[in-house]
Amino acid sequence: MVKQAAQPEPSAIEVNNLNFYYKAAQALFDINITIPERQVTALIGPSGCGKSTFLRTLNRMNDIIEGTRVEGDIVIDGKNIYRDKIDVVNLRKRVGMVFQKSNPFPKSIFENIAYGPRIHGMKKKEMLREVVELSLTQAGLWEEVKDRLDQNALGLSGGQQQRLCIARALAVQPEILLMDEPASALDPKSTARVEDLIEELKTKYTIVIVTHNMQQAARVSDWTAFFYEGKLVEFGKTKQVFTNPKKKQTEDYITGRFG
Amino acid sequence: MNRQLREVIIIQLLRLTTYGIVGVVGYILFDIVRHGLPVIDWSFLSEMPRRGGSEGGILPAIVGTLYLTMGTVIIALPVGIGTAIYLSEYATQSRLTETIRLAITTLAGVPSIVFGLFGLGLFVLFCQFGPSLTAGSLTLACMVLPTIIVTSEESLRAVPQAFRQASLALGATRWEAIRTSVLPYSFSGIITGAILGIGRAAGETAPILLTVAAFFLPKLPKSIFDQVMALPYHLYILATQHPDTDKVLPLQYGTAFVLLALVLGLSMGAILIRAHFRRKYKW
Repeated sequence: MVKQAAQPEPSAIEVNNLNFYYKAAQALFDINITIPERQVTALIGPSGCGKSTFLRTLNRMNDIIEGTRVEGDIVIDGKNIYRDKIDVVNLRKRVGMVFQKSNPFPKSIFENIAYGPRIHGMKKKEMLREVVELSLTQAGLWEEVKDRLDQNALGLSGGQQQRLCIARALAVQPEILLMDEPASALDPKSTARVEDLIEELKTKYTIVIVTHNMQQAARVSDWTAFFYEGKLVEFGKTKQVFTNPKKKQTEDYITGRFG
Repeated sequence: MNRQLREVIIIQLLRLTTYGIVGVVGYILFDIVRHGLPVIDWSFLSEMPRRGGSEGGILPAIVGTLYLTMGTVIIALPVGIGTAIYLSEYATQSRLTETIRLAITTLAGVPSIVFGLFGLGLFVLFCQFGPSLTAGSLTLACMVLPTIIVTSEESLRAVPQAFRQASLALGATRWEAIRTSVLPYSFSGIITGAILGIGRAAGETAPILLTVAAFFLPKLPKSIFDQVMALPYHLYILATQHPDTDKVLPLQYGTAFVLLALVLGLSMGAILIRAHFRRKYKW
């Protein structure tokens, strides 16, 4: 178990003794971590280390996979999201998610963004239009698409599609944004745009990002958590983790000795 | 034999089998059109049959088959789609769902006369619907259900998992995700199942023989508990049960032609709907 230094920042997510099982196999071991509010926390580690699994426990997206089981506590907004008879729908509204592979619906750009607000009961066309503009602006996509909102989202470039997915997640006004390797399928230029976007978004949202790209973690995050074989090996300020890691495993990983 | 020669022979053989099938279908169509088309006129389509079907039109049989087919689709489509949604979206993979799947495939292989007898026992006698449109449609629905379930489930599974995840991650409930991000994209496949069902329902004789079809009933049904005439059964009667089958041969061809045209028409309708969905929900 990793003991953390006292943090002055207010926390957004509090994880205590989290264990995660996929059928008989345990994928996460005794995770303890406090994710600070309105900052970027990067989850790094080699493939299969459990970082994506951990990310998906935060909005209970693992629920839809058969045979998964969770032990321990995850507290968001004072509520234990696995215990307090929580409404999963409401949880996912507050904890948005952006996937590795951009997954816009094969609908118009407008309909993609309006999807979330619509299912949560927003009907008025003017209000939807406002949300669409605001979300696209936040995602830095408005100027590029404002004249073709009724065109199919699949006609956008890969980078635009991913920013559309970010805008779609923002449209339901989450507090926390989970990003699962959001730039891994993008070219360097689109990656840079997404990274800039993350920088801007953290003033309003708590962001947890899984990345394989060490430079990316160093560039965009304030905090870094290093996972290895289902365990949280080290968690601290990104600068400290990258320049002065406390654990040998962390050092080996970030210097490229394995993984 | 050298390899190139063998290659040529095999390709030609495969081509021959394909053309053979097309030839058989073509010949049947040609024969029916050649003999059937001259019989078709307005009175044949719009009049009641007279003298046990020896004269007059086939209106009640057209209407009967139309009603039966529609009734079948109205019953089988919702049940079939519902089952498919359950199997593909909700049910966890277990021995139970495997058994259900096995049962469905087995059902698809049951001979149609068995469905007829089943319908007679359950709907006509036990439920006391009597020989009626209701009993006939229910029986035909049982028969086409497996086709509709299997094709619907396949088309639901073909929708990318990413669509479901995107919906759920935005806070949609399971059903909202299915309704908005899965069903619309599987409609074209589901309708394909419906088309196959329509063809079978309209053309089958055995299931309706015991549950709905009337030998000779020169009036139109007034309620869903009335008996009706039906094209395939009418054709069967004219061809085998009529005292003078040779004399009514043109009527047989005419009936066969109308049945073919009807199935084609209904299928075309469904194909148009499918094309609309394909265009609207492309992915």
